Amino acid sequence: MLNDIDKHILEMVADMHGTPKGAYNIRKNGVGVDRNVSPNIEIRTKIDKPGIDIFVKPGTKGESVHIPVILTTDGLHDLVYNTFDIGAGADVTIIAGCGIHNPGDKNSQHDGVHNFIIRKGARMRYVEKHYGEGKGSGKKILNPRTIVEVEEDGYAEMELVQISGVDNTLRETEARVHDNAHLYVTERMLTDGDQFAESRITVELAGLDASTQIISRSVARDNSQQIFYPRVIGLNRCRGYVQCDAIIMQEAKIRSIPEISAQHADSQLVHEAAIGKIAGEQLIKLMTLGLSEKEAEDTILEGFLK
Amino acid sequence: MLEIKNLSVSLEGKNGTVEILRNINLKLEDHKLYVFTGPNGGGKSTLAKAIMGIYETTAGEILLNGQNITSLSITERALAGIGYAFQQPPRFKGLTVGKMLEIAAGKNRTCEDCNFLYKVGLCPQDYIGREIDSSLSGGEVKRIEIATLLTRDLKVAIYDEPEAGIDLWSFSRLIETFNNLHEQYDTTIILISHQERIINLADEIILVADGSIKQMGIKDEVWPLIMQDATCTCRNNCDERVG
Repeated sequence: MLNDIDKHILEMVADMHGTPKGAYNIRKNGVGVDRNVSPNIEIRTKIDKPGIDIFVKPGTKGESVHIPVILTTDGLHDLVYNTFDIGAGADVTIIAGCGIHNPGDKNSQHDGVHNFIIRKGARMRYVEKHYGEGKGSGKKILNPRTIVEVEEDGYAEMELVQISGVDNTLRETEARVHDNAHLYVTERMLTDGDQFAESRITVELAGLDASTQIISRSVARDNSQQIFYPRVIGLNRCRGYVQCDAIIMQEAKIRSIPEISAQHADSQLVHEAAIGKIAGEQLIKLMTLGLSEKEAEDTILEGFLK
Repeated sequence: MLEIKNLSVSLEGKNGTVEILRNINLKLEDHKLYVFTGPNGGGKSTLAKAIMGIYETTAGEILLNGQNITSLSITERALAGIGYAFQQPPRFKGLTVGKMLEIAAGKNRTCEDCNFLYKVGLCPQDYIGREIDSSLSGGEVKRIEIATLLTRDLKVAIYDEPEAGIDLWSFSRLIETFNNLHEQYDTTIILISHQERIINLADEIILVADGSIKQMGIKDEVWPLIMQDATCTCRNNCDERVG
């Protein structure tokens, strides 16, 4: 049974307003609390370790899977292994996300290891939101590790978002993209207070005409710190693009270390990185439209992280 | 009516404080279109930005319909009905054209707001969802900037070099738009421009040079003086250089 706090967190991390349509699995405080499957999407509990296996039948179109995780107690260290097998020619959306409501003084931590196999010609959109809240002094810690294999002609779009309230995070994403397959990763992150976030994304473009685009947009406020290591390795005739943009405010610190590595003469790899404050003329422009300075700042940040 | 009394503006430069505007006096009436023109660096944009509150005044007063707005912030002046379209508008990663129009209009977007994009030569369907970022050309950003002012119900609308970066086809539409604005609304319109086609729209031309108002009047009166002044300035400068 989900209480109001649970529902609020589910809304924040998975846009869930009540029971979602289609397949879903809700995990709370380390155990599965609700599940639904569909004729085309099967969810099985792993036998050897905590977590689930999700099988999407080949050719499944237009279905979605919600697999949110919520932690609502302190002193909990949840570890989960999820495997996603997206069948050939399928086209699905997966809404993940983890929210921690930590009411106490001990840390609450969720470490998730997600393995994706996007089979030949399949398409997957994956949305993962992380969020923390709670009045206790216990930290909210989220460490996702994501491993992706995009097979021939496959397409994966991954939206990785840290909304707010996460004290410490280490995000690791590793992907291998095969012939004529495409991977788009968009990462958005907001840190404030004394929060720390590190993101490591490595994409290997192994196949002929494989491509990837990694877009990272982040805002660091107060005394928070962020480090980004996006890395694209071209092993074939391929295209890769990395863009890291960050807005830095107050006493925050940001390091951005993009790497492109061409191991093949026909690799076309580009990276761009920029860190800066909100431009004064942007604030002034919005103020000339009637917004206060604070409203203008919020509007710029909201748009930047959208 | 916008009234400017004994206005001076000084700005910090590399070599200390520089007086950009000196003792400006103007009375700009409702339902009239004024063109500020004059040589580069003469103070036109500074005067516009001082009216908008972007630059603080070092002396003098600005009155809007009799109310002293000199101490009001940019936001307060915007809410009082003053608008300023930048000569070089900033770009915003993540902020869409539609969102910008919503902010400008102060309400959820309507079909009418979309029509303002037509008026600056942009197809709403193509642009409403686009981010105002580096994917847009300078001319496109400029036209969006002008559209944000068109959505607003303004007492004073200032367009800083609206023709800059705009192609010939859109420029013709822009001229038509300014004409319509002038005919249909009571807004005091100020266009900062060097373009003769824009100068032709003016009820009155105001020549700003060397930080002060040199001339003010209808085109037939002021235009010859502008040309003469420009030639004299050029000749004097050349003479000085040659020695």
